[in-house]
Amino acid sequence: MSRIGVFICHCGTNIGGVVNVPEVVEAARHMPLVAFADENKYTCSEVGQSSIRNAIAEHKLDRVVIASCSPRMHENTFRRTVTAAGINPYLLEMANLREHCSWVHSDARDATSKAIDLVRMAVSKVARHEALFPKQIGLTKRALVIGGGVTGIQAALDIAASGHEVVLVEKEPSIGGRMAQLDKTFPTLDCSACILTPKMVDVAQHPKITLLSYSEIVDVRGFVGNFEVDILRKAKLVDYEKCTGCGLCWQACPEKIPSEFNLGLGHRTAIYIPFAQAVPNKPVIDIANCRYENYRRWKETEEGEEPPQCRICEGVCPTEAIDRTQQDEIITEKFGAIVVTTGFKTFDYSVYGEYGGGRYPNVITSLQLERLMSAAGPTEGEVLRPSDGTHPKSVVFIQCVGSRDDKVNRPYCSKVCCMYTAKHAIMLKEHDPEVQCYVFYIDIRAGGKDFEEFARRAQDETGALYLRGRVSQIYQQGDKLMVLGEDSLMGRPVEITADLVVLATGMEPSENAAEIAQTLNISYNTYNFLIEAHPKLRPVETQTDGIFVAGAAVGPRDIPECVAHGSAAAVKAVALLSQDSLTTDPLISVVDPMKCVGCFACKEVCPFNAIEEQVTRDGRTISSINESVCKGCGLCVVACRPGAINLRGFTNQQLLSEVLTLVGR
Amino acid sequence: MSADNEPLIIGFLCNWCSYAGADMAGTSRMAYPSNIRIIRVPCSGRVDPLLIVKCFQEGADAVLVAGCHPGDCHYNEGNYYSRRRFAVLRALLDFMGIDKERFRVEWVSASEGKRFSQIVSQFTEDMNRIGARKAG
Ligand code: FES
Repeated sequence: MSRIGVFICHCGTNIGGVVNVPEVVEAARHMPLVAFADENKYTCSEVGQSSIRNAIAEHKLDRVVIASCSPRMHENTFRRTVTAAGINPYLLEMANLREHCSWVHSDARDATSKAIDLVRMAVSKVARHEALFPKQIGLTKRALVIGGGVTGIQAALDIAASGHEVVLVEKEPSIGGRMAQLDKTFPTLDCSACILTPKMVDVAQHPKITLLSYSEIVDVRGFVGNFEVDILRKAKLVDYEKCTGCGLCWQACPEKIPSEFNLGLGHRTAIYIPFAQAVPNKPVIDIANCRYENYRRWKETEEGEEPPQCRICEGVCPTEAIDRTQQDEIITEKFGAIVVTTGFKTFDYSVYGEYGGGRYPNVITSLQLERLMSAAGPTEGEVLRPSDGTHPKSVVFIQCVGSRDDKVNRPYCSKVCCMYTAKHAIMLKEHDPEVQCYVFYIDIRAGGKDFEEFARRAQDETGALYLRGRVSQIYQQGDKLMVLGEDSLMGRPVEITADLVVLATGMEPSENAAEIAQTLNISYNTYNFLIEAHPKLRPVETQTDGIFVAGAAVGPRDIPECVAHGSAAAVKAVALLSQDSLTTDPLISVVDPMKCVGCFACKEVCPFNAIEEQVTRDGRTISSINESVCKGCGLCVVACRPGAINLRGFTNQQLLSEVLTLVGR
Repeated sequence: MSADNEPLIIGFLCNWCSYAGADMAGTSRMAYPSNIRIIRVPCSGRVDPLLIVKCFQEGADAVLVAGCHPGDCHYNEGNYYSRRRFAVLRALLDFMGIDKERFRVEWVSASEGKRFSQIVSQFTEDMNRIGARKAG
């Protein structure tokens, strides 16, 4: 006969203020198999927990019901408590008297009688629990980092520093991400490349890091500690073993294509590295734009005009590194942990008709301005108007383009735009003291270390005119741009003649963020930002064990936050990889071999392929559950016609008994 | 069992979305009538239609099954199964002499505390309107 102990928590006044706890305790004493019932002020406190441990010893209890807050909150805490008192952790059941009762019901009588029912359900359920023992499984002590921006770089370096192997996958030909495109960083005006490129080089040289550039994730299977990932390695048509990165080929290539890295402001060649400090510092051939590749495609059909048979790069390459036989290739690798750092892109402002929708060459984005300011950029650091190459003297900045705007379904604040615009105002003044800046803003958000001071500096020292209000229209007049807006503080319309307009475009998740999230089976919100397991307490974990998220893929973030999150995710991954084996959750399905008829209806419904076929000694083929793959959803239990499968912790008998305590006679 | 809680609604809530959604309703103090008794299940796909029949057989006035929104099931596809299974069950309820209105399947995410509270309030009100089931 079991001896069940029931502990009812007041949770201060959270429960006790509504539910009559002594009455619930009294009712519990009369429930079947209950040997002891008591109340606690705060069950989760050390005092509360030790009183449970004492009661277990004193009253020889062998099962425990704790009626307090949601089991999602403290189930693990109390499992540890009972374990410490010598009870199997799975012989515990919780009744949710707080979230599901006292917090949502105000009538004391109703709440108390509901609380009694909830305790009765838990008692009937715990009586049917069995002692369970987690299994140990092995793990692959390697991590995968998806995305080689500053967040991914940081995560990869930190994981590698712990001695674990890391594979860093980046879809572009070089790592570096958005930070590599920046000229300077706020609020210190550090040169972005100067602080980033050493880290990029560290990645390339670290013996524990394998960098797979120009590669993408295509499929992910498995589970924590034992992921199997298919990685697409796009054909580069360059043999990196032979290539020395000398640069003769991209200097010779005659094809000119707008440079993605410079956001269309300059050109790159068909065989290219995206920027001078690229890592790896070896080129790829852009197959879609390569003249000879176009010729090869044309050769197959001979339709249309014959493209030139260029092959100039092959002629100049001193090491014969060009390899036109390379094909896209999918490799499969094993990992124990995955860190997702897919980053962001800037909002496409062409939906804003009032800003010209992309028609005016002298309306640019802030990121484009970064490229113009960068000494390594298309203008070698001269801020020149794209239309005529002249120095702009009057520059209008518009804030919140694709941020805080319901009209374009971007209600969130992108967080960095106020600060980088202040930076731009300061830097423009440094570039050219004659420049006059105007900034249309909604609010100035400068929360962060030294941020407010920096934003003030832009306003006070550069003579930039900050105008609170939206811009209603931009139109071209001669070679000038007329900017119509309103100054809402003065309550009057303003009209500014500008040489250059800079749009502070907000952040949104990278192109394929949702796709990657689906591949990994992690959640994302309506804007495709990834969702962390808990926004406050588990900021880099996801609901899927072993998969971590960091950086601007989760939400708008600045560089220090991204770096911190990258390190945080790395620590979580390392903590996982440092274990010698993993403990599996024993709350999974079990097959009764005597009842199984081998119909495999279970196999049809199992989302995880956890059902295997097994031949019994008497020659029958029946189901068996792969314990390290089963996740305990219970789909198979419902599908099983002879009732041979049950789900531990949520057995048919347990669910039925809970129902029967409510309605039974 | 307690007479003052009629009509009795039994709620099966999946752990990952709807149970968390009900927790959220609590955390945000979004009050709803106390008639519902919640049974936690890992996934809406764990709920056996026969168990629901059993609930009615034993005298429950109403049953709610709540799971993650389609596409969001923690186990990828559990709620697709429950959606189909319960469509069939619903079609059979009439045949068993049980008002279809007494059985509801809803999708409630972990952040939809308000929605959970509204669903339960509405459901309880509807059950009050059509009255308790005659015993048995
Ligand atoms: S886990 Fe919520 S419906 Fe499957």
